[in-house]
Amino acid sequence: MSSETLTAVLFVTVVLITVAITFWASRQSSGTTDFYAGGRQFSGFQNGMAVSGDYMSAASFLGISGLIALNGYDGFLYSIGFLVAWLVALLLVAELLRNSGRYTMADQLAYRMKQRPVRTAAATSTVVVSVFYLLAQMVGAGALVTLLLNVESETLKALVIVGVGILMIFYVTVGGMKGTTYVQIVKAVLLMVGTVLITILVLAKFHFNLSELLGAASQNSGKGDAFLQPGLKYGIDLTSRLDFVSLGIALVLGTAGLPHILIRFYTVPTAKAARTSVMWAIGLIGSFYLMTLALGFGAAALLDTGPDSKVATSGGNLASPLLAEAVGGGAGTLGGAVLLALISAVAFATILAVVAGLTLTSASSVAHDLYANVWKKGTASEKDEVRVARVAAFVIGGIAIALAIPAQKLNIAFLVALAFAVAASANLPSILFNLFWRRFNTRGATWAIYGGLLTCLVLVASSPVVSGGPTALFTGHDWSWFPLANPGIVSIPAGFFFGWLGTVTSSDPAAEAAYDELEVRSLTGAGAETATQH
Amino acid sequence: MSEPNGVHQSSAHPIYAELHESDDFEELRRRYRGFVLPATAAFLAWYLLYVIMSNWAHDFMSIKVVGNINVALVFGLLQFVSTFLIAWLYGRHMNRNVDPLARELAARYDEAIRTDREGER
Repeated sequence: MSSETLTAVLFVTVVLITVAITFWASRQSSGTTDFYAGGRQFSGFQNGMAVSGDYMSAASFLGISGLIALNGYDGFLYSIGFLVAWLVALLLVAELLRNSGRYTMADQLAYRMKQRPVRTAAATSTVVVSVFYLLAQMVGAGALVTLLLNVESETLKALVIVGVGILMIFYVTVGGMKGTTYVQIVKAVLLMVGTVLITILVLAKFHFNLSELLGAASQNSGKGDAFLQPGLKYGIDLTSRLDFVSLGIALVLGTAGLPHILIRFYTVPTAKAARTSVMWAIGLIGSFYLMTLALGFGAAALLDTGPDSKVATSGGNLASPLLAEAVGGGAGTLGGAVLLALISAVAFATILAVVAGLTLTSASSVAHDLYANVWKKGTASEKDEVRVARVAAFVIGGIAIALAIPAQKLNIAFLVALAFAVAASANLPSILFNLFWRRFNTRGATWAIYGGLLTCLVLVASSPVVSGGPTALFTGHDWSWFPLANPGIVSIPAGFFFGWLGTVTSSDPAAEAAYDELEVRSLTGAGAETATQH
Repeated sequence: MSEPNGVHQSSAHPIYAELHESDDFEELRRRYRGFVLPATAAFLAWYLLYVIMSNWAHDFMSIKVVGNINVALVFGLLQFVSTFLIAWLYGRHMNRNVDPLARELAARYDEAIRTDREGER
């Protein structure tokens, strides 16, 4: 049996299991709390797995090990930034948000601000961040299939994207948060098992000696010791060094502003369970990123990574699957075919779980923030709200499919880094100010969100990534004036600045008075939402 | 609790103000912020130091410690160790020093709400 057939069989198995789980979950769901927050009945450990499943996207599984395989040590920054970022979420955000919100990121702002402007702003940035992230995953799905099946066909790519889109709409509309959470748990288990297996096989080739693995990697890469030192990718001149700092800041501050991560904290019964889930997530995600070191350096040591190799032409995205094939016995062997198929199926499962989480987040925000509270002013019935959320999932899924098909040329890592930069610039300032600054008010919240968001988008549109650079989106014209590919170093302070400016130029005594209540509730859990009883 | 056309969603129940003014709550906030603010400053500074050293202390980061393992790799792995350590210390601090107080204050809130309901009957 060829690895393509095996991959297809394994992938269909994964899809069937998740579809069955979704149907089962849908039979236990009824109201809004079930649809948006899975009834708040997940344990800290279950949610910790789901958080990991939601977070470890194809970009980190395929992307980071690929970056390490091609650029050596410099790829490691992503792993470190993505992990340390969880401390911001654990210490400052997870528990307070669990106690003060209900279903969406906007809830904790609406608790003391004028509802309609802050919900509109928060829903806008939720949808923007989620759609960028969604595009990255769907572009990744198209690219992965082309590379694995060795067929360069635009029709096939488009078909895969449509297929992934239909599945994610199914998980979300039928299973709601409960179904989506179980899909993410299944994916997290598959991803960890697959990664542990390949890591052990790689390390076994080097007698479980890290130094020997690194030596082989630097030798095979043809770059010598420089491969193991920082600077190969980002150390060229001052601009690239500033870009590295800017990327590092966006990575560490972005996680706690990602809406699809934030709403996961609502799926557990108490703040304490939210804490436990982040602690489990830190353990799982940390171990996973440590293993990406073995995967990345293993690929550099065992595979051909020259400029014309498959690893290099795929931008590193194929490093992990090809490494799996190599440690299984090599191309043409049964072991190689089985492991290649396994890792490819894991990558598909990864993409499915992440896109489902993102679609649910956007649909929840559209239904709960825009429809129920901005448009219907809180008079919509639970049934109507859930119905609108399902329709929104269809529409957002459709838009994502329509955007992803022509977006095939976009770089996945760029889209993910952009989503992190927007999250850190537009969302994090308003969340932190709201939870820790009594004086903060409605104008501050909307200015922080729109200011951070626009600064971020304008800087990216003016960067060499979009025009003028070697791999720019638009060729022929060059209107770039901002030298960095990563806007975070400017746009994140801008988000905080606009939040401060909006606050001090307006007065909102009601918002200040309600801060005391928000503070008591967020720190003690008094009056916080509880789990539904079945 | 959510007012249909309300300005904001807080309940404005007087028990919140009462709890907010209590010494126990002051103590709770002091214990919470006393841990998270310095810890956040510390891990962000430690992380930025790593990013800056990777950029501008190339020779130092390239020193080999054992075999092919250099300072840069050790520094990167220490970021993992510090993250795990801070997460564990935070969990322990909250369990021991913050949760009991928070439970006590939340119980006072529940008590006040229950008295209200009984009063309505």
